[in-house]
Amino acid sequence: MLRADGLRHAFGHVMALDDISFSLAPGRTLVIFGPNGAGKTTLLKVLAGLIRPQAGCATVAGGRGAIGWIGHQSHLYGHLTVTENLLFWAALYDVPAERRRARAAEVMRRLAIADQADRRVWALSRGLAQRAAIAKALMHDPQVLLLDEPFTGLDLAAAGEVRALLAQLRGAGRVVVLATHNIDEGIELATDVAFQRRGRFVHFAPRGAHESAEIAEAYRRAVGAGGAGGTAGG
Amino acid sequence: MPLGRGERGGRLVGDTLRHAWTIARKDLLLEFRTRTAVLSAVVFTALVLTVFNFGRDPTAVATIDLAPSILWVTFSFAAILALNRAFQLELENEALEGLLVSPISRTSLYLGKLVANLMFVAVVECVALPLFVLFFDVSVWRVLAPLIAVIALATVGFVAVGTLFSAMVIRTRFAELMLPVLLLPFFIPPLTGAVQATARLLDGRPLSEAAGWLRLLAAYDVAFLVLATLLFPHTVDE
Repeated sequence: MLRADGLRHAFGHVMALDDISFSLAPGRTLVIFGPNGAGKTTLLKVLAGLIRPQAGCATVAGGRGAIGWIGHQSHLYGHLTVTENLLFWAALYDVPAERRRARAAEVMRRLAIADQADRRVWALSRGLAQRAAIAKALMHDPQVLLLDEPFTGLDLAAAGEVRALLAQLRGAGRVVVLATHNIDEGIELATDVAFQRRGRFVHFAPRGAHESAEIAEAYRRAVGAGGAGGTAGG
Repeated sequence: MPLGRGERGGRLVGDTLRHAWTIARKDLLLEFRTRTAVLSAVVFTALVLTVFNFGRDPTAVATIDLAPSILWVTFSFAAILALNRAFQLELENEALEGLLVSPISRTSLYLGKLVANLMFVAVVECVALPLFVLFFDVSVWRVLAPLIAVIALATVGFVAVGTLFSAMVIRTRFAELMLPVLLLPFFIPPLTGAVQATARLLDGRPLSEAAGWLRLLAAYDVAFLVLATLLFPHTVDE
């Protein structure tokens, strides 16, 4: 469903992706951890088709229409309401016109923002805007979700709800690739774990029966103490 | 059943136009909500015409000789002001990134922006033309239809090129400054054609005298619509 073969990409002398290969079948969730500048965002952008890699290729079954993307920003227009934003993006993803309103209502309910439907996005708090951004990414029921720091700005309760939603999606056979700055947040969702450093996967393996604490310890050993705090970003 | 080539082509064109209209409608709704850009452009246009009105010496040069140039310089500046905002909208919350990830073609994005920009500039021109008539006491009623045709032809050219350059400069520093520097040289052919055609119309000469300039404007429109559509994907992809 999602495949990366020998991805390489550099920004000047800085290697952002260095020979990254992996494939994910339906129902898998890959969580990528890495320090600042490790190349996690570049990898997600290559998978999303935003950056053409200098070598290698990434393929997603179903093409761009099958991808749900949550980047650092919400991609929402501040002067449109939450519903108007969702309907706009649904139209671009060819959600049938007669189903758009019902779909928007459903994703807003799942993300507990139904009461914000008619508010303009600029008036939302950071956490509500992040939920609206996730709603936007789910409007077309994507087969592959690419999430870059999805828990940023969410309080503990909201982060828990998003984690539960992602677990549901995984159960429904969706592929999820998640890069998060907090090793404690994404780990419980993972079926596969990667540690990225200076563009390379220094570790990539199924999570198996490993406990979160073991993985956190392995991460600290793999990337070194400097990049392995609980809030390692990048 | 697999689609035939013609059917696939028809669906591709249909999808492209539908997505383009979705983007244009969104841009127009945003403009309707904020009204900042259109109001700025209209006020700017009124100020430019006022400055020209008080800055000329009617005893030295006849109004009819100056009027076409004044009209088109004003329209050009107003178009640049309008075009500056085209992709600024997409910087908010990095919406452009979302558009580029979405399955729409880059052509849809270009055409959507083109349509929104055309409507935006048309609104500014609709306000500017009566002000021009008022300030410079030029009678346009008897040549209104051909004059509108000249304005439409030149505006399509301005906006086709301007939409492309607007996308090109949006991620650069000093985008507002870069856009006119890049655009103005490309405005020279349609500006020349529009001024010459307008001068002949306002002077009461037959439309056939302006036919050559109208052909130039039409050729410019076709050439730059095709070129801009082909080049646009390279300006937005990383």
